[in-house]
Amino acid sequence: MNATHEPGRMLIVDDNRVNRLLLTHALEQNGHHVSTAENGKIAMEMLREKSYDVILLDIDMPVMNGFEVLEALLSDNELRDLPVVMTSASDELDRVVKCIEMGAEDYLVKPLNPILLRARVNASLEKKRLRDQQRKLFRTFATPEVAEQLLREGFSLGGKYVTASVMFADIRSFTSLSEKQEPTETIELLNNYFALMFDAITGHHGTVNQMEGDGMMAIFGAPVFHERHHDHAVRASLEMIDLLNVFNEQRAVQGKGQIKIGIGIATGRVIAGYTGTQHRATYTCVGDTVNIAARIEKHTKIAEQPILIDRATRDGLSEDFKTEDLGDVMFAGKEQAIKIFSVSA
Amino acid sequence: MPVIDRTTFNELKQISGAEFINELIDTFLDDAPRLYAELKSGLAEGNADSFRRAAHSLKSNAATFGAGRLAELAKDLEGIGRENRLGDTGDRLNVLNEALVSACDELRGLKS
Repeated sequence: MNATHEPGRMLIVDDNRVNRLLLTHALEQNGHHVSTAENGKIAMEMLREKSYDVILLDIDMPVMNGFEVLEALLSDNELRDLPVVMTSASDELDRVVKCIEMGAEDYLVKPLNPILLRARVNASLEKKRLRDQQRKLFRTFATPEVAEQLLREGFSLGGKYVTASVMFADIRSFTSLSEKQEPTETIELLNNYFALMFDAITGHHGTVNQMEGDGMMAIFGAPVFHERHHDHAVRASLEMIDLLNVFNEQRAVQGKGQIKIGIGIATGRVIAGYTGTQHRATYTCVGDTVNIAARIEKHTKIAEQPILIDRATRDGLSEDFKTEDLGDVMFAGKEQAIKIFSVSA
Repeated sequence: MPVIDRTTFNELKQISGAEFINELIDTFLDDAPRLYAELKSGLAEGNADSFRRAAHSLKSNAATFGAGRLAELAKDLEGIGRENRLGDTGDRLNVLNEALVSACDELRGLKS
C-alpha cells in the first residue's frame, strides 16, 4: 500500500499572505486539495464545517493564535486526532516545543524547504489515514464508545474488577439445522443472525467479545461503565428475541427452518480487561459471574424459556420488566443453588 | 551583504516556477507598504503587539526571498515589540525602510 501519493485535504492557517501562497502552491503541486484561513478563529469555523486530513498551523496570528487553535482541537472529540504540523520561524523553536508537547504532530521551519514539507505532510497524512482505518476497524469490533475509549486511552493488557452484566446467547437446535442445508447457506445464516444480534447488543451499550460457532458472549457495563447495565442487558435480550421473530418470519416465507435461541444473563463482579498480546487482543471478562451466565443460558433449554436471568440482574433492574420467579436451580459444580427468573416481553 | 541573496532567491524560484514567483513578488510588494505602515502606527500609538506582529511578518517575508539584511532589521524590531520597549526603536524604522525600499526595487527587477 502506498497511500502517500493519494491527495489529502489540507488546511493552511497563517496570517501571512506570502506564506499562505507559498504553502498552497507547494501542496497543490504535490496533488493535495488546499484551503486556507488567515487566523485560528476562521480555521476553527472551517474545521467544523468540513473535514480535513492535515492542518498546517502558524503560531503567531491575530484573533486566535496557534496555541489557542491546538487547545480548541484537543478539547473537541471529532478534531482531537487531526494531525497538526506547526509552521514557524527558526527563532521560535521554544514555542514549537510547547506545541509538540500540547499534541502537535510535527513542525516545519519557515522559509519552507519543499522536500521537508512533502515528507512531513505525507507522514502526517499517513498517520491520519492509519488512525481513520484504526477507528473504522475498532468500530467493526466494538461499540463506538469502546472504540473511542481505546483511541483515546489506548489499551493495557492489565485487568480490573468491575461489576457488569454478562450475557450468553446460543442458537438452540443449530446442529440439526446445519446438517440439512448447504455449508454456504449455514454461514450466510450465521452472518445474518450475528448481524442482527450485534445490532441489538451494541444498540444497548453492550460489547460482544466472543463468538464461537453459533454462540456469543457480550458484556454490559464494561469496558465503559453504565450504571444501568442490568436494564441494558435485559433490554438487549428482548430486542434480540424481537429481531429473531422477524428473521424467522422471513425464513418461513422462504420455506426455511426456524431458529430458536437461548439467552442467559448474570450480574456480578468480574475481572475484565484486554487479554492477548500487543498484536492481537480482545476485551473479555472472567470470573464466577461469567460461568453462571453460561450455565443459565444452557438452562434455557430445560426451562423452555428464551431469556433467563439471575437474581442480581433482576434486583438491579430499574425499568419495569415482566419477570417470573422460576425458583432455585442447582448447577453442576456450584455449591449453592441459584435463583432464576424468566423475562418476557 | 547583497540586498537579495541569489542562492535563496533562485531556490525559491525553482520551487515556485517562473510564473508563480512573479505572483509571490507582487504579493510581497503589495504587503510591504502595509506592514511598514503598521510598524509606524504601532510605534506612534504605543501598540507593541501590533508593532511586533508587523515586524514578524516582514521578517518572515524577507527571509523567504533572501533579503537577509531586511530580515535582520525586522527581527530586531520584533524583539523590541515583544519586550515592550518601543522607546528603544530610535532610528531603526528609517533604517528598515531604506532596506525595504532597496529590497522592493531589486525584487521588481527580478520579475521575469
